[in-house]
Amino acid sequence: METKSIMIVGVGGQGSLLASKLLGRLLVDEGYDVKVSEVHGMSQRGGSVVTYVRFGERVYSPIVTTGEADLIVSFEKIEAARHLPCLKKDGVIVVNTQQIDPMPVITGAAEYPAGVLEEMVAAGAKVDAIDALSLAEEAGSSKAANIVLMARVAKYFDIPYEKWITAIEKTVAPKFAELNKKAFALGFNA
Amino acid sequence: MKELYIGNAAVARGLYDAGCSVVSSYPGTPSTEITEEAAGYPEIYAEWAPNEKVAMETAFGASLGGKRSCCAMKHVGLNVAADPLFTMSYTGVNGGLVVCVADDPGMHSSQNEQDSRHHAIASKVPMLEPANSQECYDFAKAAFRLSEEYDTPVLLRLCTRIAHSQSIVEVGAREEVPQKPYVKDISKYVMMPGMAIRRHPLVETRTEKLREYAENCPFNRVEPGWDPDLGIITSGTCYQYVKEIFGDQYAVLKLGMVNPLPADLILDFAASVRQLVVVEELDGVIETHVRTLGLNVTGKEIFTPLGEYSQETISKVFGRPEKEHFSIETAIPARPPMMCAGCPHRGMYYVLSRNKCTVIGDIGCYTLGAQAPLQAVDTTLCMGASVSGIHGFNKVMGRDGETKTVAVIGDSTFMHSGITGLVNIAYNQSNSTVIILDNSITGMTGHQQNPTTGYNIKGDPAGKIDLEALCRSIGINRVRVVDPYDLQQCDKVLKEELAAEEPSVIISRRPCVLLKYVKAKRPLHVNPDTCRSCKKCMKFGCPAIAMHDGKAHVDPTLCVGCGVCEQVCPFGAFEEEA
Repeated sequence: METKSIMIVGVGGQGSLLASKLLGRLLVDEGYDVKVSEVHGMSQRGGSVVTYVRFGERVYSPIVTTGEADLIVSFEKIEAARHLPCLKKDGVIVVNTQQIDPMPVITGAAEYPAGVLEEMVAAGAKVDAIDALSLAEEAGSSKAANIVLMARVAKYFDIPYEKWITAIEKTVAPKFAELNKKAFALGFNA
Repeated sequence: MKELYIGNAAVARGLYDAGCSVVSSYPGTPSTEITEEAAGYPEIYAEWAPNEKVAMETAFGASLGGKRSCCAMKHVGLNVAADPLFTMSYTGVNGGLVVCVADDPGMHSSQNEQDSRHHAIASKVPMLEPANSQECYDFAKAAFRLSEEYDTPVLLRLCTRIAHSQSIVEVGAREEVPQKPYVKDISKYVMMPGMAIRRHPLVETRTEKLREYAENCPFNRVEPGWDPDLGIITSGTCYQYVKEIFGDQYAVLKLGMVNPLPADLILDFAASVRQLVVVEELDGVIETHVRTLGLNVTGKEIFTPLGEYSQETISKVFGRPEKEHFSIETAIPARPPMMCAGCPHRGMYYVLSRNKCTVIGDIGCYTLGAQAPLQAVDTTLCMGASVSGIHGFNKVMGRDGETKTVAVIGDSTFMHSGITGLVNIAYNQSNSTVIILDNSITGMTGHQQNPTTGYNIKGDPAGKIDLEALCRSIGINRVRVVDPYDLQQCDKVLKEELAAEEPSVIISRRPCVLLKYVKAKRPLHVNPDTCRSCKKCMKFGCPAIAMHDGKAHVDPTLCVGCGVCEQVCPFGAFEEEA
C-alpha cells in the first residue's frame, strides 16, 4: 500500500502528543511500518505545534509536506488554516471549533480571522468540524478533547472500534481510562 | 519485540543493551530524553551534571575506572565540552566512551544551527550518524565496541528529526560488560607536553586506521538504483527524504559513519554513476571531502546551508513541481511560543520593563521575555553570557549603565555557567546587578532537576546548593530575595540594587507554575463595570487575558489565579471569584 500521512496540529499544551501516541500504538498493532515525528522544547510553550504520523508498508520520511496529508486533525481553528496547504486535494481536515488567541491577537497587533473554516470550505477542502471541547466536558474533563477528536478521526479508518479502545487502554494512565473511553464514545457518535 | 521509540529513547536502549553503566549529561533540546530514558534503567547510573563539560569529564572518569560510559548534549553543549573532548581524543579510553550530540537544523529550540560534524573533524574523533530509531539503537551499541577497539571516544550525532521521531525498533538484551581494571599509565592519561607529544602521532595513525575501517564498515552502504544518470551520497535524516522522493531510481551511498569519511568507497560509487550529488543538511562536510578526492560533485551550490530539509525542499531543488494543494487568502496570525499564564518570570520582566532597564539575557524559558509585548530582553548569546556580559557592558558604560542595567539568568543556567561570571564581577568589581530567576527547575527543556532543587534525576532527595550562601561566599555582599508575584517589592528592591555602588544579586524566587506541586488558585475575572478599557493589562502579556468587546477578559481555562494582573490594573477591575 501507499504510505498514508496524517498531521495532528494545535497549540502547545492541548494534548496532541497523547493523540499521536495513541495513533502510533494502534498502527503498530495493526502491523504497519510507522513513523511519528513531533517537536519538543520551546514550541511547546503555547506555540503552534505539529505532529506527523505516517504509516504503510515501508515509511521513509517522518514528516509531511505540501499537498501530502491524507488527514489533518486540528485542535484549534486557525491552526487548521495554517496547515491547510499540507492537505491533499482529496484529503479531510477534522477541526475542533475551539478558538485560542495567539499573542499577536492578544496584544492587538493582529485580529483573529473569524471565518477561516468557511473560507477553507469555499476553497474546496473537505472540512469536518466538531466541538470537541463541549463533548470532552460532557465526558468529564476538557482535557479529553484530544480523545474526542481521535474518535472523529477513527471514522476515517477501517479499524474496529474495540481496537481503538484497546489502544486507549494501553496509552492513557489507568485512572483516566474510563473518562477517555467515555470521551471516545461521545466523539465517535457525534 | 517491535516497539515505537523516539530516536533518543532508542539511543538510551542501545546504551543499556551495550552494558553502559554511567550517563552524565546536562539537558538540552533535542538531546534531553537520552539521559531521562537512561535513568529509567536501574543498571545505569544516570545524573544531571551542572554543565556539559562536567558531564563529559564525569563520563571520562567512569571510562578511566573501567566502565562503559556516556554523556549526551545538544550541539551548543558540545562547545562547552569541547575542551575535554579534544584531549580525550589523545588519552583515549579505558571503558568505552560515547558522546551523543544532537544538532538542531531549523533551530526549533536553539540559538544557532551549527554543524557538530566540524567538532568531530577538528577533535579527530570518529562520528556515527543514525537515520532512524533502529539505527539509533544499533549505532549506540556499536559505538562502544568501536570506542574500545580503537581506543577513542566516539561521537554519535543526531538531529532534531532523528532524536524526536518515533520509528519501529527491534531491541535485544543487555550485555553485561565486566569492569576493566584501572592501570596507572601516565604516558596515556597525563596530557602534559612531554606525554601529549607522543600521543598525537597515535591520534593520526588511529584516524588513518578508522579511514580504512570506513571503507568496509557496517555503517556505510550502497543501495543500487536502476537509473545510472545520478548517484546520491547522503546521511542521517536526509537519506529518508532522498528515498522518499526517488525510491530505487538512483543509487544511494548512505554514510552512517561521517568521520572519518571513506575514499575508495566514494570513488567506486562515483565511477558507477554519471553524475554525483551530495544531499546533507547544514554545511557541505561530505561534499568538501568528496572534492578532495578530485571528483566532480554537486552540493551546496544548489542546496542551502540554512535550516531543516524535507522531501519537499529537496524535490524542489531537483526541479520537481510542487504538489497540488489548497490555499486561502486570509493571513493567519503567527503563534509564537510564550511564557505561560502565571509564569513567575513575567512579574519581574514587567517591573524591568516599567523601569526601562537594559537587560542582558540568557538561555531558558525567560528568553521569551524578549517578545512583544514585554520586549524586556536586550541580548541573548549563550549559557551564562548574561552574568559575564553585564560586567563588560558596565565597565564601558560607567555609572549611566550600572544604574539601569541588569543581567537575568535562571537557576539552572546560573549553575551551568553563571557562577564563574559572578566570580569575575566580585573579583574585578563592576557595580553589576544580577537577577537570578529561580523557578526551582530547568524549565524550557521540560522540567529537569538541577543542583539548586534538592532532587536528583530520579526525583530522590539530593544535595541542594544554597544560592544565597553561594553568592555571599563569592564576595557579593548585597544578596536580596524577592517574590516575582509581588510587583511592589520587586520594584523597590530593583531600584535599591541599581542605585547601590557595589555588585548585587537579586534572587527572584517562585517555582515554575507548571510544576505538579504548584497548585493553581481559582481564576480571576474582570468586572466589566470597573474595566476602563485602558489596555494596561495588554502590556503585561499574559496569555489568559485578552480584549473581548472592548473590555479585558480572563480565560478561566488558562488563568491560574496568580493575581499579578490585579497589581497591574490601575482600576481594580480584576476580581477574585466571590
